[in-house]
Amino acid sequence: MPATDAQQQEIELARRLVAGEPGAFERFVELFRNKLFQYSLLVCGHHEDAEEVAQDALFKVFEKLDQLREPERIRPWVFRIARNACLMKRRKSVFAPERELSLEELMPQAGEDGGQWKLEIADWSSLPEDQALRAELQRVVREAIQALPEIYKTVLLLRDIEGLSTAETAEVLGVSEEVVKTRLHRARLAVRQKLDSYLRSSRGNSSRGKAN
Amino acid sequence: MPAGPHRPSEECRRIFALLSEYLDAELPLETCDEIEAHLSDCPPCVEFLESLRRTVELCRSFEPGEMPGPLSEEVRAELRQLYEKALRGRPSGGAP
Repeated sequence: MPATDAQQQEIELARRLVAGEPGAFERFVELFRNKLFQYSLLVCGHHEDAEEVAQDALFKVFEKLDQLREPERIRPWVFRIARNACLMKRRKSVFAPERELSLEELMPQAGEDGGQWKLEIADWSSLPEDQALRAELQRVVREAIQALPEIYKTVLLLRDIEGLSTAETAEVLGVSEEVVKTRLHRARLAVRQKLDSYLRSSRGNSSRGKAN
Repeated sequence: MPAGPHRPSEECRRIFALLSEYLDAELPLETCDEIEAHLSDCPPCVEFLESLRRTVELCRSFEPGEMPGPLSEEVRAELRQLYEKALRGRPSGGAP
């Protein structure tokens, strides 16, 4: 997966940081503190916890910076530290067992129309033209992501929001690439399911029943 | 179409499990060809794939709802001290 412009800029910033270039420290703190906070907020769920975890993680980043050998790997390196900081925080709080999402529960319902099967899903075709709806959908997406069990939420955050590769995400989370792919698919399906429910309920947009 | 008259086929279910990898171009070419052959003859799967593709787009354009509060000068100064120490510890031994 080729790096985006934003990812390239982050890598360049990391190179400047480890080279001790002027201004790199301030820029790095501003950018990565925000990333660490967003990760922690999604995983921890509470603003105050996220502030604390993000700060702890930022201290760890600078404590370990002399161990960063490859600035181009700054993103997985930082998120691994964030993950560990979140785990430490979670150990101090009430343990909540993880819920597994099954493919079966994420499949759309199938109905019948004119003797052929159809999907009971909303009409997604008009989304790009409807800016107001897209803003509202962002709220629904945020709530859907926050509602995911943590093992799915972290994969979706790293892969789709932060743009890490499958291999980088596997490294951050200490799982296999196959596990990353499985969890990412289920996380996306769960978000899709919430969006679909929203579209159907808010727009009176129940299944179009496209028969075949 | 490959499905039975009233429900998705086993092939629909097999492909359903692979759609994210298909969107992410992480499947072998041969599997992509199989999926595309199925999609060419299964409008419900095409419709579902489109809804998943748009979900991924929305996730990728996700905007955070909250931002962290301002960083205190005391914490910033402690971080800078750690940074300067780390730079001295690096092989190149640079200074900010």
